[in-house]
Amino acid sequence: MSPKKTFFCMVLILCIFPTSRAQELHVAAAADLNFALPEIAKAFEAQTGTKVLLSFGSSGNLFAQIQSGAPFDVFCSADMEYPRKLAFAGQALPRTFQQYASGRLVLWVRSDSKLNFERDGIKSLLDPSIRKIAIANPEHAPYGRAAVAALQKAKLYDQVKEKLVLGENVSQAAQFVTSGNADAGLVSLSLAQAPELQKQGRFWKIPPEIAESLPQGVIVLKQSASPEMADRFVDFFACGAGQKILARYGFDVDPNPNHCGE
Amino acid sequence: MNWQAIILTLRLAATVSAVLVIIGLPLAYWIAFSRRRWKFLIESLVAMPLVLPPTVLGFYFLLLLGRGGMVGSWLNRIFGMTLPFSFAGLVVASVLYSLPFAVQPLVAGFAAVDRKLIAASALLGASPMRTFLRVILPLSLTHLITAVVLSFAHTLGEFGVVLMVGGNIPGVTRTISIAIYDNVQALDYASANQNALFLLIFSFVVLSLVYALNRRAFFVGTVQ
Repeated sequence: MSPKKTFFCMVLILCIFPTSRAQELHVAAAADLNFALPEIAKAFEAQTGTKVLLSFGSSGNLFAQIQSGAPFDVFCSADMEYPRKLAFAGQALPRTFQQYASGRLVLWVRSDSKLNFERDGIKSLLDPSIRKIAIANPEHAPYGRAAVAALQKAKLYDQVKEKLVLGENVSQAAQFVTSGNADAGLVSLSLAQAPELQKQGRFWKIPPEIAESLPQGVIVLKQSASPEMADRFVDFFACGAGQKILARYGFDVDPNPNHCGE
Repeated sequence: MNWQAIILTLRLAATVSAVLVIIGLPLAYWIAFSRRRWKFLIESLVAMPLVLPPTVLGFYFLLLLGRGGMVGSWLNRIFGMTLPFSFAGLVVASVLYSLPFAVQPLVAGFAAVDRKLIAASALLGASPMRTFLRVILPLSLTHLITAVVLSFAHTLGEFGVVLMVGGNIPGVTRTISIAIYDNVQALDYASANQNALFLLIFSFVVLSLVYALNRRAFFVGTVQ
């Protein structure tokens, strides 16, 4: 074959090469699940043989994408509002809506930081060594909103607001700190407790009087191509074996969830 | 290495370059040979993606072609098709975004063809189509290849548009650049590095090919 023909054949093959369409589930998930959910997905795959494909982002961004027709089966939000809105708008199946866990906000720094959380608590953010504080974007990330609320409640917001840098989601906020570009971050416990971050830094749980825990909800979307399988995944995630994994990553889970059938 | 994302990206880039050749050739021909006074407006329009941030294109794409958009709701009603967050949607957006990379080299190539040859061909009775296929196109073959390679390479490296109109769906719209973004957020620097290195080397090879081609150090004798 001449080089020209080979080239055109390659183009043709690339163009028409089909994407595989095995039994699979597309899950859109809040970024605080970045480490816990892959493990849950793997356990679900082992049990059912269904491949779970994960897309992470801020809950608000994923919500907007779902509203514009993104083809996901399940949405795991970092709050209750976004899935509730989808249910109200008729874009999700209301009977599948349930809380799967609560998240906690933590103050996270790299190991080399000299902050003394035990002594100064959240006021350690006023330390002169802190030049940049990473939070998730409060516009569309629940953890970003929680971070701003906590700073306001501790009456620190006006003093530190010039130092805030916004990640697109809470995982990016954490990444700003690990890469050394921010000196502290207000992130989720589920990220701070993940092995990848644990070896690089330390965290301090923000007490409930400053930051309430974040109830987080999951819902099956209306356009799901395999709603039964999506249902099974939600069950696994919010009631079954998924709960143990979530607990291990620092989520608060209900030991006797009353929404779980049987 | 994330082969799923790499294959998807190559598929996208190949499809986009193929579409761009099909619409780029007539468009470039018109720009190169038309004498309309408002031609400059079309030229500016084609060059817009060079200066506009991808977010602008992405935003209007979602607005127009999204489910609630003017064109989008129509497409949905008639064909039951939603463009955002689908492979087809990525192709449409990338074609728009890479348009100047295909059209500009072609225009330069067509404009550089000796007008006397075109006139001679016409005088000998060849139709404009025949003149185009037998005289203009062969003489601008290197430009055509440059156009194809540049649109291919540009699509390969796209990020903003893909993130906005494609979301981040594995196997459907997660291209290699999005996969790298994901890897970094998940603090998986090892995978990020593998994928990034692949893209780096691949882009270098592709661009070297273009420059070698332009110096005629490579495809000597392609144009008889």
